[in-house]
Amino acid sequence: MRRRSLVIATASTALVVAAIVLLVPLAPGWERVQKAFFNGEVFWKTFPGLVKAFLVDIMIFAWCAPMIAVLGLVIALARDARSPALFPLRLFGMVYNDVFRGVPVILVIYLVGFGIPGLGLPRPWNSPYIWGTVAVVLTYSAYVAEVYRTGIESIHESQRAAATSLGLSHWDVMRFVILPQAIRRVIPANMNLLIALQKDVALLSFIGPVEVLRQAGVYKSLLANFTPYLGAALIFLAVTVPATRWVDRMIARQNAARS
Amino acid sequence: MRLAQFTLSAAMALALGANAAMAQNDCAAGKTLKEGVLTIATGNPAYFPWVIDNDPASGKGFEAAVAYEVAKRMGFAAEKVEWTSTTFDQAIQPGPKEFDFNLQQYSITPERDQTIDFSEPYYNAAQAVLVRKPTVDAGAKPELASLKALKWGLAAGTTAPALIASLVGPESDPLLYEDTADVSEALKAGQIDATLMDLPSALYTAAVVLDDGVVLGQFPAGETPADSFGLVFEEGNALKDCANAALAEMKADGALAAIEAEWLAEATGAPVVK
Repeated sequence: MRRRSLVIATASTALVVAAIVLLVPLAPGWERVQKAFFNGEVFWKTFPGLVKAFLVDIMIFAWCAPMIAVLGLVIALARDARSPALFPLRLFGMVYNDVFRGVPVILVIYLVGFGIPGLGLPRPWNSPYIWGTVAVVLTYSAYVAEVYRTGIESIHESQRAAATSLGLSHWDVMRFVILPQAIRRVIPANMNLLIALQKDVALLSFIGPVEVLRQAGVYKSLLANFTPYLGAALIFLAVTVPATRWVDRMIARQNAARS
Repeated sequence: MRLAQFTLSAAMALALGANAAMAQNDCAAGKTLKEGVLTIATGNPAYFPWVIDNDPASGKGFEAAVAYEVAKRMGFAAEKVEWTSTTFDQAIQPGPKEFDFNLQQYSITPERDQTIDFSEPYYNAAQAVLVRKPTVDAGAKPELASLKALKWGLAAGTTAPALIASLVGPESDPLLYEDTADVSEALKAGQIDATLMDLPSALYTAAVVLDDGVVLGQFPAGETPADSFGLVFEEGNALKDCANAALAEMKADGALAAIEAEWLAEATGAPVVK
């Protein structure tokens, strides 16, 4: 039975792929589209340069991710502050999340990336790498903070009450009871954001750094050909597809452990 | 009576038809996107001094004036010209175009010529080095050795990234930006020292966009590698030959030079890079 469905699945997939491969080239404009988007000569000429430019993305991603994880947690904790005296902290957390989740990333990047250096910082402190990173970290921390918050709120109130009745302070309850469970619960959700971040670091190119999308854009305008974007997409896929599969597997494992 | 009326109206229709064809110049007839109308595209925003106040229909600015003159010589009166705006990408994407021709300082290169068609050049651009006063005070000079040491920033969608490599060969990799407006912003923020753009744009940016902009020097037009602007056509568009004929005429009788003198007059005076 299982074998039969496997055969059917394979056959129907092959049929669909064959239909696409055979039918699309029959469209009247195919030759032009092929020349502009799937140009082998342009592809091989530009691909090595794109791979080199992708290292810039990896670099920015590598130092942004830990900062976002930490700042996001701090904001989430601020929003969870319960003592009345700490209300300003809570208010700050709320306003922060509303603002940075509501504003387009690209505006934050322009504003921070050009605006703050424009105040008159000397080199190297006005580097677009520094302030672009700040912009990305500010924005993504808001999203990550919300994810952490849902994790924190998913831990039942009775656990807090039990821990408090054992004499633990508010922060100890957080540290030893709530967070270890909450963080583990939201790992898959945060992984999704991580994958999104990996594409959004490309937005830093708006303020100067030549990463893979920008490099593809340069090739595109020099050669009047869109094929370099295909190369960039393949490079991105080579990273995002395994990452997504890995997250999927992690979620499945977690679900299995819970049930 | 009826017959006479019929004959008369038939004759009138013929005459009108002949007139319309005449007005449109035999070359361009039937080759335009919309019958009897020439659709011209430019960027949005279109920049000074190429188009004044982002309004090409006013005919003010170098490219707007060139467009109307070309149109006139192809047989389209000013009211038969329609404007549209496109990005660079829309001009090079495969398939039918939404314009008859497109002008927004498209540099003619052999690679681009494989996907789109260019007219003969209507302008040969000198490349200019734009800096801010603090950089000049710090000792930047219009000499290659001095230029190499500067931190460069360029507009990515232009030929500048390729030109800078061959003209200057900077010591550190240039930063690249979305457009010249962003380049100016990076200059203001001090993230870059210098940028390369065509001389008329550089003079405008130095005088209007930046408080303390200086055109440090220029690489004169006509030197290698040349940077010439051409009208962009869909690959294989027969209208190109008509536009080329119009441009050749304009060059021969001095009309193009007159337009250049009117809108790009101040384009001299920057020292030549040694």
